Amino acid sequence: MNFLEALGRWALFYVAEMGRMLIFVLSAFGWLARPPFRAFQAVKQLHFIGYKSTFVVVLTATFTGMVLALQGYHTLRKFGSEGLLGAAVAVSMIRELGPVLAALMVTARAGSAMTAEIGIMRITEQIDALDTMAVNPLQYLIAPKLIAGLIGVPLLVAIFDVVGIYGGHVVGVELLGVNSGTYWNSIESAVEWKDVYGGILKSISFGLIISWVCCYKGFFTKMSAEGLGNATTEAVVLSSVLILVWDYFLTALLFNL
Amino acid sequence: MLKLVGVTKTLGGQPVLRGVDLVVPQGKLTTIIGRSGEGKSVLLKHMIGLLQPDSGEVWVDNVEISRLRGHALNEVRKRFAMLFQGAALFDSLTVFENVAFPLREKLRLKGADVTTRVEEKLDQVGLAGMGHKFPAELSGGMRKRAGLARALVMQPEIMLFDEPTTGLDPLMAKSIHDLITSMQRKFGFTAVMVSHEIPEIFGISDYVAILKRGKIAAMAEPAEFQRTTDPEIKEFISVGGTLPMASSAKGVL
Repeated sequence: MNFLEALGRWALFYVAEMGRMLIFVLSAFGWLARPPFRAFQAVKQLHFIGYKSTFVVVLTATFTGMVLALQGYHTLRKFGSEGLLGAAVAVSMIRELGPVLAALMVTARAGSAMTAEIGIMRITEQIDALDTMAVNPLQYLIAPKLIAGLIGVPLLVAIFDVVGIYGGHVVGVELLGVNSGTYWNSIESAVEWKDVYGGILKSISFGLIISWVCCYKGFFTKMSAEGLGNATTEAVVLSSVLILVWDYFLTALLFNL
Repeated sequence: MLKLVGVTKTLGGQPVLRGVDLVVPQGKLTTIIGRSGEGKSVLLKHMIGLLQPDSGEVWVDNVEISRLRGHALNEVRKRFAMLFQGAALFDSLTVFENVAFPLREKLRLKGADVTTRVEEKLDQVGLAGMGHKFPAELSGGMRKRAGLARALVMQPEIMLFDEPTTGLDPLMAKSIHDLITSMQRKFGFTAVMVSHEIPEIFGISDYVAILKRGKIAAMAEPAEFQRTTDPEIKEFISVGGTLPMASSAKGVL
C-alpha cells in the first residue's frame, strides 16, 4: 500500500509539474502577443543564445564531421563505397547529429546560464521588483528568451551542419584521399529536401525545449544557493533528456512514415 | 487608503498570517515590527499583490486587489513602489538605467526627460554622479539609496519598505531612516515599513504595528507604547532600550 501511495504521489506531482510547465509557456507566449513588444530584449537574448554559442558549436561541428568521416571512410572502404562518404557525413549531420549535438551544446552553454540568471533574479527579488513596477516578468524576461531559442537554435544547427560537412571534407578528401568532386556529388544526390526540413523542424522544437525548460526551472527555483544549483542541474538534465526523447519520436514521425 | 481585512496565509504547510486586520493611515509612516519569521515581509507582499491571501481581503481605496490579475492588478500597482530588503536592483543595468527603468517602461519617457528625472532623484538620495556604476560596485547603503531612488522616481502614492536597513551599520541605517522620513515628509506618500530596528523606528514612525502570532497585536502612535501593560509587547519593545519618542498621542493598546 505504501508503495502504491508513493507511486500515486509521484505521479500526481509530475502531472501537476507538467501542467505548471504548460501554463508557464502558454502564458509567456500569450504575453508575447501583447504590446509592448520586446524586440530589443529578444535581439539581446538572440545574441547571447546564438552568437555567443557560435564558437563552441563550430568547434563541436568540426570535430564531429571529422570523426564521422574517419569512421565512415574505414567502414565504407570495406564495401568499396568510399565515394558515398560525403553522403554519409551530410545525411547524418543534417538529419541527426547537427540538431541534437548543437542543441545539447546550447543547453550546456546558454541553457544553464539562463536558469542561473533567472534563478538569481528570483532569489534577489528582482522578479518581484519587476512585478511591483507593473512589468510582467513573463513578458519582459521569459518571452524574449523563448523567441531567441526558437530562432537561435535553428541558425546554430545550420552552421553546425555546414561546418560539420566541411570537417568531413578535410578528413575525407584532404587526409584520406577521397575525390573532392565525388564527396560533394554524393551529398547532392543523397540529401533530400525532407532531410533538410526535418532537421529544421527538429532544431526549432529543440530551441523551444531548451528555453522553456531552462526558464521554467530558473523562474521557480527554491530560494537558496543550493536550490539554484539544483535548478540549474535539473534544467540541463531535463532539457538534454527531453531533446533525446523528442528526437526519437520526431525522427519516427518525419522519416519513417 | 490601504486596508487588510482578515488576511490569512499558509506557506509550506505553516500558517504565517492568521487573520491580519490593518488599516494603514494615509500620508503617514507606519512601521510593522515583530519577531523574525513572524511574516512581516509576507504581509508587506500581500499589500502589493505579490502574494495572494488564502482568505481575507486587501483593499486599496475602493479596489479589492487580492483576486486581481494581469492588467487590472498592474493598474493598481502603478500607485505603489517598493524598496526590497536587498534593494533588488537589476544587476545587468547601471544605477542610472535602474532608476530610469520604470520611467521608460511605464511612462514611455525618452532622452532628456529621463535624464533630468533620474539625476534629480539620484541627487536627492545622495548618489549624484554614481549613475554609471553597476549595483555590484556599490556598498550596501548605496544600493539601498539607489533602490529608493528607483522606487521614488515614479512618485508613488504608497511606498512599501521591506527592512530597508538590514545589513547596514548603525550610522548607515540612521542615514537611510533619515532619508526615508525626509522623503516621506517631502512627498507625503503613505509609507509602510517592516523593520527590526528597535528602538530607532519609534523615533521616526507616525504609527507602529506589532505583528504577533500571525495577527496585528497592537497598533498605535509611538508614544502610546510607553504606557503599554502587555508584558510580551513590553519585553519586545524594550529590547533596544528606552524608546526615543517625542510626541504624545492616542492609541489602541
